[in-house]
Amino acid sequence: MAQEITTKQLRKWLLAYAARIIENEDHLTELDTAIGDADHGVNMRRGMGKLQERLQVEGQSEDISAFLRSVAMTLISGVGGAAGPLYGTFFLRAATSPTNGSSIDLPQLTQMFRYGLDGLQQRGKAQADDKTMIDTIQPAVEAMEAAVAAHQSAAVVLAAARQAAHLGMKHTIEIEARKGRASYLGPHSIGHQDPGATSAYFLFETAAEVLTTTGAD
Amino acid sequence: MAGGQVEIGQAGGLSDDGETLGTDAFKILSAIEEVWCEDGVLLLMDLGSAVMSAELALDMLPEQRRQKCLLSNAPLVEGAIVAALHASLGEPLQAVNAVAEAALSVPKLPGAG
Ligand SMILES: Nc1ncnc2c1ncn2[C@@H]1O[C@H](COP(=O)(O)OP(=O)(O)O)[C@@H](O)[C@H]1O
Ligand SMILES: [Mg+2]
Repeated sequence: MAQEITTKQLRKWLLAYAARIIENEDHLTELDTAIGDADHGVNMRRGMGKLQERLQVEGQSEDISAFLRSVAMTLISGVGGAAGPLYGTFFLRAATSPTNGSSIDLPQLTQMFRYGLDGLQQRGKAQADDKTMIDTIQPAVEAMEAAVAAHQSAAVVLAAARQAAHLGMKHTIEIEARKGRASYLGPHSIGHQDPGATSAYFLFETAAEVLTTTGAD
Repeated sequence: MAGGQVEIGQAGGLSDDGETLGTDAFKILSAIEEVWCEDGVLLLMDLGSAVMSAELALDMLPEQRRQKCLLSNAPLVEGAIVAALHASLGEPLQAVNAVAEAALSVPKLPGAG
């Protein structure tokens, strides 16, 4: 039986994510000041504060789908900008992926990210190279899929995801925005890292840190 | 929409305080439920996250209700005025939307556009 990831670990992951976003609020706002309306840090910090409150409520269901749905609900009404419906849809769609109830194995975790990515793309209609969070998430999911197909361990799969996400995030510096508010800047958006691609990177950074440790929590 | 009655709901800002800029799909969902009418509901939006949040709200509606909702490409202010007028005359949803969307090409200044 391969290693399973429990709801407890997913909760720990998203708490680490919330903390990482809050630490980086000013950085995210700075990035959104250059090519947006300077609110991505504030939007995400507000959502993450709500998420921390939500995740710390005792006696919640250990069902993974229910857990991911409640994360989605919190982000939909807590974030506010474009990132709200986008991250909300990501987790809402991830919640429809197959699980073993209160745990998922590595291929299922990978599929969960794939469902989320597909939902995100349907919602925002962005493609790779449009300079959005897709540029981080898509290569990360593809790297996970390749590593899972090669029967790698959780540590290897998630390290590959983090690395691909990081490259994708940095790649947004070089390209012109074609979706979202930054697209109004046209070629002036080149040379700046996309704020959403940056907040999305932290999903994979914290996943690599948290989800590779085994044990109850 | 028939009988000269038009219900208009609004869903701007976040649920919490109504002061934070942005959109909340749940707020849009409850606004749709509030003004619900079997003839349908027309949704007008401003830029950016409003469109994605409105689409997300529609995704969360039950199928029979979703079918009777229409996302409009009309400009928010002009579209709302034109749509309310035509809806109050009892025109069907599609026709109301068509005149509201046509407001996109009505110049504000004489001789402009
Ligand atoms: N259509 C889209 N598809 C995917 N991501 C998008 C889209 N539009 C915007 N984004 C992401 O959202 C980020 C901006 O989020 P935020 O500042 O919270 O919202 P807003 O643009 O409404 O101010 C962008 O940096 C980009 O990564
Ligand atoms: Mg912004």
